Amino acid sequence: MTPKIEAKGVFKRFGAKVVLDGLDLTVMPGESMVIIGGSGTGKSVTIKSVLGLVTPDKGSIKVDGVEVTRLGGSAREKVNRKFGMLFQSAALFDSLKVWENVAFALIQGRGLGRTEAKDIALAKLAKVGLGPEVGELSPSELSGGMQKRVGLARAIAAEPEIIFFDEPTTGLDPIMADVINDLIVTTVKDMGVTTLSITHDMASARKIADKIAMLYKGKIIWSGRKEDIDKSGNPYVDQFIHGRAEGPIKMEVGR
Amino acid sequence: MNPLALIGRFFIALFGEIGSIFIFASKAVPAVITPPIYLRLIVQQMMRIGYFSLPVVGLTAFFTGGALALQIFIGSDIGAQSLVPQIVVLGITRELGPVMAGLMVAGRVSAAIAAELGTMRVTEQIDALVTLSTNPFKYLVAPRLIAAVLTMPILVAIADIIGVMGGWVVGVYSLDFNSAIYLKNTVNGLETGDVTSGLYKAAVFGFIIALMGCFHGYNSKGGAQGVGAATTNAVVSAAILILAANYVMTAMFFGGGR
Repeated sequence: MTPKIEAKGVFKRFGAKVVLDGLDLTVMPGESMVIIGGSGTGKSVTIKSVLGLVTPDKGSIKVDGVEVTRLGGSAREKVNRKFGMLFQSAALFDSLKVWENVAFALIQGRGLGRTEAKDIALAKLAKVGLGPEVGELSPSELSGGMQKRVGLARAIAAEPEIIFFDEPTTGLDPIMADVINDLIVTTVKDMGVTTLSITHDMASARKIADKIAMLYKGKIIWSGRKEDIDKSGNPYVDQFIHGRAEGPIKMEVGR
Repeated sequence: MNPLALIGRFFIALFGEIGSIFIFASKAVPAVITPPIYLRLIVQQMMRIGYFSLPVVGLTAFFTGGALALQIFIGSDIGAQSLVPQIVVLGITRELGPVMAGLMVAGRVSAAIAAELGTMRVTEQIDALVTLSTNPFKYLVAPRLIAAVLTMPILVAIADIIGVMGGWVVGVYSLDFNSAIYLKNTVNGLETGDVTSGLYKAAVFGFIIALMGCFHGYNSKGGAQGVGAATTNAVVSAAILILAANYVMTAMFFGGGR
């Protein structure tokens, strides 16, 4: 079976700082992969490289077996139609109403009429537990948790094949975080899509992952099924999942 | 620090910036002329850039025209009756109309565009556009460029009229000129090229205003402070480029030297 996403030897640096240092990652169709790792280990850059927001210096990234690192223009837009993304800060367009946000890919990308797109948007909002009255609000009128839900609705609106989650629970209280985790699991199961998430929240990782990969200094240092993470035998992984200050990972305090 | 290294660093940064602007423009211009064209957004931006700039541009033109009339009157011994209206209309249509309108709109619009796009950049809204398979150059940059290039000449045409009116008001009510003679001298002193050269300038200034706003906003980084810096840089660079482009275009239209 062709992997949905296959990254090989991806290398990226910004100035003198090496962010990705030979990253290898494979995500199979229908799989939920969660990348864990501390701040500044290259998690965001990994997702952005797949999306084409960042161009790797070296290495290959394939989506459905097709090399995407050097794509530009309309070819890139075509690949990106397979993607949906939930941003850390939700990144809703504040100049548009909530339903217009959710319907954005349908109207701009798929050329659907506004009334038809609105019906689909309201259905997606219902799916994440928001009533039609929310659709008429502006994103700035929503709480953080509601913004995340709208972001999720927007990410799934155009029926993508791969959904990316960037720190889906960061900045939420534990209960709302669990609600979002549940929503991710149910919506994803419903649609049977592939997901690639990044998080440093272990509770969230355990809930939404099939497989977990740990990123450290721009490399995947461990990956496997989530059931195996507690007996990985890897001191870096152990330190991270137990949140210990002592261990092989040294925090670079004050750079 | 070594002063020579400082000078070198300054010029490297300067040329780097110029190069980035050209790369940005080389992506922006194709986005303007290829589909999809977002008509709704263009109309929306024309309202923001053009219509809402009318008060500030009108007031600026009125007072500039008035002050110009007064200065020429003070400076001329005889023949002020015909000199004042002719110089006012030429000064306004050829230079002051487009330049003053350009600078005022740069202050209003470049800043607003840079702040809006800068905020969208730092809150990942521009990245979100890409993930929704929408090209930010077509969705954000092109409508602003098109709207600015189309509305600036209209704004300047209005500024020309109001500027001449400012001179007329001062001439008739303060300097006791005859109104009819003032208007006749205005028309006599004017040729088509005086007005059209100003309108061409206006279109170029519109391009500069939108391009600088978009460039600095699109590339802003580092949160609120980055957006603030982008806004300032957008206005300053737009103003300098407008003045430089104005000189070049004046030399082109009216010939440099003798």
